[in-house]
Amino acid sequence: MTSAIQRKQHLVAYGFILPFFAVFATMFIAPLAYSGYLSFFAHKLVGGAKFVGFENYVRAFQDPAFLFGLGRTALILLVQVPIMLGLALFFALALDSGRARGSKAVRLLIFLPFAVPGVVAVLMWGYLYGRDFGLTGQITRALGLPPTDFLSDQLILFSIMNIVTWAFVGYNMIILYAALKSIPSELHEAAEIDGASQWRLAWSVKIPMIRPAIFLTIIFSVIGSFQIFNEPKLLVEIAPTAIPQGFTPNFYAFNVAFVNQDINYAAAIAFLLGFVIMIVSYVVQLSMQKREVRW
Amino acid sequence: MRQGARKAAVAITSIAAVAALTLAGCTSSTDPDDNNSPGPDDTGGQITDAQREEALNTPTELTFWTWVPDVQDQVDMFEKQYPEIHVTVENVGQGLDHYSKVRTASKAGTGGPDVVQLEYQFISSFAQTGELLDLTPYGAADLADQYVPWVWKQVLSNDQVLAIPQDSGPMGNLYREDIMNAAGVTEPPATWADYKTAAEKVRANTSSYISNMAPSQGAGWLGLLWQAGVKPFGYDGGQNVTIDVNSPEAKKVMAYWQDMIQNDLVSIDPDFNDEWYQGLNQGKYAGWLTAAWAPVFLSGAAKDTSGLWRAAPLPQWDTSKPASGNQGGSADAVLKTTKNPIAAYELAKWINNAHDPALLFTTQQNFFPTAIAVLEDPVFVDQESDFYGGQQVNKLFAEISTTVDTDWQWLPFMEFAYSSFNETFGAAVAAKGDLAAGLDAWQDALVDYAKQQGFTVNG
Repeated sequence: MTSAIQRKQHLVAYGFILPFFAVFATMFIAPLAYSGYLSFFAHKLVGGAKFVGFENYVRAFQDPAFLFGLGRTALILLVQVPIMLGLALFFALALDSGRARGSKAVRLLIFLPFAVPGVVAVLMWGYLYGRDFGLTGQITRALGLPPTDFLSDQLILFSIMNIVTWAFVGYNMIILYAALKSIPSELHEAAEIDGASQWRLAWSVKIPMIRPAIFLTIIFSVIGSFQIFNEPKLLVEIAPTAIPQGFTPNFYAFNVAFVNQDINYAAAIAFLLGFVIMIVSYVVQLSMQKREVRW
Repeated sequence: MRQGARKAAVAITSIAAVAALTLAGCTSSTDPDDNNSPGPDDTGGQITDAQREEALNTPTELTFWTWVPDVQDQVDMFEKQYPEIHVTVENVGQGLDHYSKVRTASKAGTGGPDVVQLEYQFISSFAQTGELLDLTPYGAADLADQYVPWVWKQVLSNDQVLAIPQDSGPMGNLYREDIMNAAGVTEPPATWADYKTAAEKVRANTSSYISNMAPSQGAGWLGLLWQAGVKPFGYDGGQNVTIDVNSPEAKKVMAYWQDMIQNDLVSIDPDFNDEWYQGLNQGKYAGWLTAAWAPVFLSGAAKDTSGLWRAAPLPQWDTSKPASGNQGGSADAVLKTTKNPIAAYELAKWINNAHDPALLFTTQQNFFPTAIAVLEDPVFVDQESDFYGGQQVNKLFAEISTTVDTDWQWLPFMEFAYSSFNETFGAAVAAKGDLAAGLDAWQDALVDYAKQQGFTVNG
């Protein structure tokens, strides 16, 4: 008897979610499937297309450009991400402690670089890094020191890590700060009555309480590190010999598709990178869970 | 439950990452050879005058992709001449951005332009993928003797005419007379040996460099090889390429530059960025070995130094046989996907070949012309430039243009060639290292790529 009404409700519900699935299928699943399909072909400038199975994937594993790119992003993950998240956590705790003066202004200032569009930020850093006429060049010259070439092939990776750190410290800080705000105040009060210092409070109460938020920022950063694209794409204009085609895997996929005219291989690289991200994310997740048990 | 949700979140974000990446690779793999364009190939033989009349008097919409500033003025002239034809001008970017969009549209078979601007160095790349319409049946071959011979060769592939020349860039030497005088150099160097002597004086007596040699300026370095008579590339229009970038002749030229670089006689900054513009404005560079389009470009880029610059031919390897190379310059081609090939051809031809619009290119866009009639037009030749102290710079470059070797060819994959140039030779320049080894590495990269793409490679 009620089933007619239920059916109607179900239909309406499906009607509401249909637009999402329509867009999801056409803009997401279809391209994904299509590029998966493309990755099993080779289309040469001479000779046209033919089915090659997993050849593109095998090729990627033997391609130094791709492997070096993966290595670079792994280095960013190991060096830059801990620094960035450490800073974000420090700022979030400092703001949350209520001891810092002008905390609203500080919060805004730290968040501001994230509000600047990434492309604009990279262009600004391009000027700051300038050896002859950029800001760092002018400062070192004024101090009578030899200018540092932040865009040389030795320093470019460091320079990019620096840009990424500035861009995302504020973003991660906001996530952690919001999580800190949700900790019930009785907990600090109890700890403070017990005589815990701010450090002790942060270490033993706050950080364990916001572990899920920290975990979230780590996963975002893992994915973000492997996806780095804007920075090399824009800096290659001013540091053309320091940034090779395969600087990061994402940048490499773009270059393989649009410079080397090899869309099939680019599709394979993109899929491989996706798998790498999935595996690393999963490994990170597992290790976090283990730690949770130990604590 | 929460763990499950978390896992799902990770899985979804990871899939999203994959999808976002793969979107970049999502273009059709349709073989461009499948494109059937209506044209003389279907009807056979040359276009008749009656067909041309009919096409030009039928209401037609054309799209023209170009990065030429103010080209609308030439297009307006065309529309006035042929009122039935309407042209939409679109600027989709310059260089690589422009080319990748053309390729994407061409592969999709829709959404592309009818007429497209291409640099000479990329014509064979687009010809190789079968994207350009052969303009011979439309009467393009008749234009051959109206152009400087080396320029005309640039738009040919076997017997096909693939584009109508627009502008060119024979190379010369722009220099700051004031800095040269301060360094004790009173004449522009006639030979490369003189140039080195002058560079030493400039370094010793001023804070400038005689020139900047940008590590990534592949077209400029190739122009210098072109001047020296080196033939690094060859392409037969089919599947045979010749790659010989590390020939003894090329290494001889680069040995000269290695010496200059390692003795700190030239600077090696990347070009066309803020630092470089500042360098030009503030006298870090006392000169620039560059192309015929540069004199006007420089007068805009280094406004503060107006009146101080002069122009001269490139220093020579052999003064008895003055030679130059070319850097840059472009042409307008018709894509095979066009539905209106006759009107598209007429647009490409008319704006570049009819005297009024072609001359306007030299006075308004400041292009260096390719048509002999314009190169000899007093309006162009006798122009005196204040930026160059009243020198007749156009006249000088018009003379240089006749000394460019006609036999230069490009590879059918110059996008890759330039990018690997930066990673091999360019990196050697930036490291002040062994340029001959840089050439060897470039040779290997080019040969590997060519073989992998199915070409047959000759020495």
